[in-house]
Amino acid sequence: MSMIHAENLTKQFGSVTAVDRVTLDVQEGEVFGFLGPNGAGKTTTVRMLSSLISKSSGRATVAGCEIGNPADELKLRRQIGLLPENVGLYEGNTAAENLTYFGELQGVEATALRANIERLLRMMDLWEKRDALIGTFSKGMKQKVAIARALVHDPILVFLDEPTANLDPEASKTVRETLLELKKERRTIFLNTHNLDEVQRICDRVGILRTQLLTTGTPDSLRFGMSGHRTAVRLAHLSDAIVAAVRARLAPNPVEVSGDQLLVGVQDPTRDNPAIVTAVVAAGGQIVSLTQLSPTLEDVYLKLVHEEAPAA
Amino acid sequence: MRFSQAWIVARHDMALIRRRRGLIAGLIAYPLGVGLGFPALVAYIVATSPAAGLGSYLPGLINAFGFWFVIGAASVPTSIAAYSIVGEKVEKSLEPLLATPTTDGEVLFGKALTAFVPTMIAVAGGSVLFMFLVDLVTRGPLGYLYYPNATIAVELLLLAPLASLVAIEASVIISARVADVRSAQQYAGVIFLPLIVLYVAGETGLSLGAYNQLIIAGIFALVVLVLYVVSLKTFHRDEILTRWK
Ligand SMILES: Nc1ncnc2c1ncn2[C@@H]1O[C@H](COP(=O)(O)OP(=O)(O)OP(=O)(O)O)[C@@H](O)[C@H]1O
Ligand SMILES: [Mg+2]
Repeated sequence: MSMIHAENLTKQFGSVTAVDRVTLDVQEGEVFGFLGPNGAGKTTTVRMLSSLISKSSGRATVAGCEIGNPADELKLRRQIGLLPENVGLYEGNTAAENLTYFGELQGVEATALRANIERLLRMMDLWEKRDALIGTFSKGMKQKVAIARALVHDPILVFLDEPTANLDPEASKTVRETLLELKKERRTIFLNTHNLDEVQRICDRVGILRTQLLTTGTPDSLRFGMSGHRTAVRLAHLSDAIVAAVRARLAPNPVEVSGDQLLVGVQDPTRDNPAIVTAVVAAGGQIVSLTQLSPTLEDVYLKLVHEEAPAA
Repeated sequence: MRFSQAWIVARHDMALIRRRRGLIAGLIAYPLGVGLGFPALVAYIVATSPAAGLGSYLPGLINAFGFWFVIGAASVPTSIAAYSIVGEKVEKSLEPLLATPTTDGEVLFGKALTAFVPTMIAVAGGSVLFMFLVDLVTRGPLGYLYYPNATIAVELLLLAPLASLVAIEASVIISARVADVRSAQQYAGVIFLPLIVLYVAGETGLSLGAYNQLIIAGIFALVVLVLYVVSLKTFHRDEILTRWK
């Protein structure tokens, strides 16, 4: 069963369409990365899916609950955890007080709540600071408390809106490790982020949004599915004859010389790479190494976000 | 509407209020001011006026003083309600709060309780002090115990709670539209005006006896209902997260 199933989910603010007919599925236990430029509608989508704001049209079920159905709302919110874009902690309260409040609102029994808070704060390396006022915390520490708050009731689905924004590399790593921990526990994670490296490292699947959902897939399938692969061939000796032979064989693909390497644009590596090898060897060349240069997730992202015109 | 859920919100917010010296000062100064100040004034008047006329004008005077509990009940909670809502706006904490299994109505009710409960405690404390001291200083000249009586009963049990609710609801509606606690308080101060008008009317002829106060209470109750509907509309998660500034 899908943990999240959205069909043509749409949100309009007056005449502005913030999210346009988004259809997507997130499976139980999956870490889903949601990418998109500023203003793409990521936060708006998460707010709809977590029943914070109403949808304009379309439908979605989240953790088996229908969003927009008043009878399902409380049940839905008991099962999900949310790290909003702004942490929204009570600065005049301590870390422990902030977590206790949310645990109580979630109906967590007192003993279990104390245990959860200790476990989470220890995980975030903040147990020693539990009685310090949030107002005295750094941005990264606040972010970690807010993540702990999203987890205090053991939700099966967690929405995280840019959890590593503002964090130093070490704190980001803690957060990523936390996410991987949650993943091991088979919790589903819906992660809004701008950090492509993070997506590559922890997400099972990604979606790229720009008001409309441009694509979804595993990070690798997106990279390999995109045209613009190149193959770098390092040769013992590079001669004009070899270059000409490869050009002839692979035309119209572009072939460039860079130092002692040939850079060949390829459409389909499984078909084109053997052809390159055959052409080089037939022209008397000796191949030292052959490297597939695939687009990074960043290449895919930039291409989709910049080039794809929104469909009518 | 689950009272228990609203109470979690109220307990949390009251704990925050306890840390605000300005709000606590208002909660303490008002019952002490009315409860000690007016009886002292009555004592002074009793001591300095000819005993003969006292019986005719003292009751009217004391009634007017008693009305200050209604005025206080409307003014004390505005800053608390404004703080508990604008404070969340400033800290942007309403979004995570609304993401918990708590309905908008429960959050709103919790916030109302946060302002209502301490106000009523202050009114109760101040009025007991007031009645006791007034009885103490007027028993001799009047020849009977002035308090308790029907007028103060209507004031304390009906008018003060209703005035307090009107003030809280108005503060909620205003707090949605302003960015800081101070402006919320300034606008909420407007609620105060009709009460002052009533007070002045009371001083200058309109009887603020039990009967007229019941009529006033009826009007307040109506206003409470109207503002309740408006505040529920204002305190709606869609509005809060997408329109509140
Ligand atoms: N309350 C609102 N009223 C009007 N328009 C809004 C509102 N909230 C969001 N929008 C608009 O909806 C669009 C999507 O915004 P959203 O915050 O969902 O983007 P995002 O992908 O989260 O961006 P970012 O990466 O900057 O966080 C934007 O054009 C934004 O201006
Ligand atoms: Mg966002």
